[in-house]
Amino acid sequence: MSAVPVTVVAQATREVPRRAFVAQIMGLPMSIHVRGPQALGTGAAAAVEAAFAALRTDEAMFSTWRPDSPVSRIKDGRDRLVDAHPRIRHVAALCELAGHRTGGSFAAWLPGADGRQHFDPTGLVKGWAVEQAFTALLADLRKLGPHDALICAGGDIAVACSRTDTPSWVVAVEDPRDRSRSLRSLELRTGAVATSGTAARGKHIVDPATGGAADGLLSATVIGPKLTWADVYATAAFVKGPAALPWIATLSDHAGVLVGTDGAVSTVAAMTAQTTRWSSLASTV
Amino acid sequence: MKKIVLAVMTTISGLVMLFSYHTSTQSVAAPTPEEADTGNTQSDAGTTTTAPSATASASSSASSSSGDGTYTGDAVETRWGTVQVEITVENGRITSSDAVQFPSESRKDQQINAYAVPALNAEVVQAQSASIDAISGATVTSDGYIESLQSAIDAAHLG
Repeated sequence: MSAVPVTVVAQATREVPRRAFVAQIMGLPMSIHVRGPQALGTGAAAAVEAAFAALRTDEAMFSTWRPDSPVSRIKDGRDRLVDAHPRIRHVAALCELAGHRTGGSFAAWLPGADGRQHFDPTGLVKGWAVEQAFTALLADLRKLGPHDALICAGGDIAVACSRTDTPSWVVAVEDPRDRSRSLRSLELRTGAVATSGTAARGKHIVDPATGGAADGLLSATVIGPKLTWADVYATAAFVKGPAALPWIATLSDHAGVLVGTDGAVSTVAAMTAQTTRWSSLASTV
Repeated sequence: MKKIVLAVMTTISGLVMLFSYHTSTQSVAAPTPEEADTGNTQSDAGTTTTAPSATASASSSASSSSGDGTYTGDAVETRWGTVQVEITVENGRITSSDAVQFPSESRKDQQINAYAVPALNAEVVQAQSASIDAISGATVTSDGYIESLQSAIDAAHLG
């Protein structure tokens, strides 16, 4: 049905070595897949372990579950943000930017039970930390020759391909009503896919405008070049509800899949800065 | 009604293919393929560019309710320039949204009509499909992971 010209990505016939690694970090299952000649070797394993280690370091710094983490100390007022580690202040600045880019649908300062504004950058930290660790992983893998990689952090995904003889990564979008099924799947060679919804943890996403739980959609998935922003935009889209549809169309280089409360699936894409990037976004499966 | 929808979609498809050859700089006001639609609002011919829209979620449903049609929203200022969005409503539901106006002057080499609703597979597929590499969904907890499809995919490739 689609009248849009789509680049068909050649499917590889040759099997390339591939290995998956799994770790529990930030309370999430995190999987990394490496594909390429050295995927089964110790070099790839060391690169993946370094990525997991970097994520654990960020977990220790940004956790709001650990009462004595630097961010917990800022959140409850024991420490001040201005005195914080540069990495924390950088995240705080990104949260400000996220607030602007989402028209206020994303906020790191939320009212607590005491009515005071508490600093909680959790909504941005995961995607950002994963993107940072993934970028470092790609640099490490590059030393071993051309490799492809994928990271899935509790449902938020980033992929990259250095090889040209491999099939694109196939990312499926989960059906929020039946988590054993997927609604759409897409091929990506580079980019990120993030989904925000209530299927796994119940209503936990707060609309900064109202202070209440967002409930206008079952889930919002955003596809884009960087996980940090795909994640932020997915959260914002979920908060915006059905109004996210025209909003996503204004986000250069991004696309969205929204599932309404009635289960209706809507897809939307904005224009691209590099049209070729998304022309490789072909349908499969 | 079905024929009309089909005819409109065919026209749009033709236009999209035609516009795929669109060169870089000129400003084009598209013909009005949506004229057959009721409730259509066409954007200004004087605006920078109007592109025909193509949606991945076009419905061929024969039924129709009031309010169906194509609507063009207000122009929104973004950091790249002005963006205007067109929404298609079918059976009272928004089925697609496309940017019909977007900045072109800063990107003269950009084939603006090549932007695409990603060709997301419209079929409901079993997520157990062997070809899937990852599942994007609402945050999976560590407790839920063991039962998740992602864990099955990971397990197939653990060293």
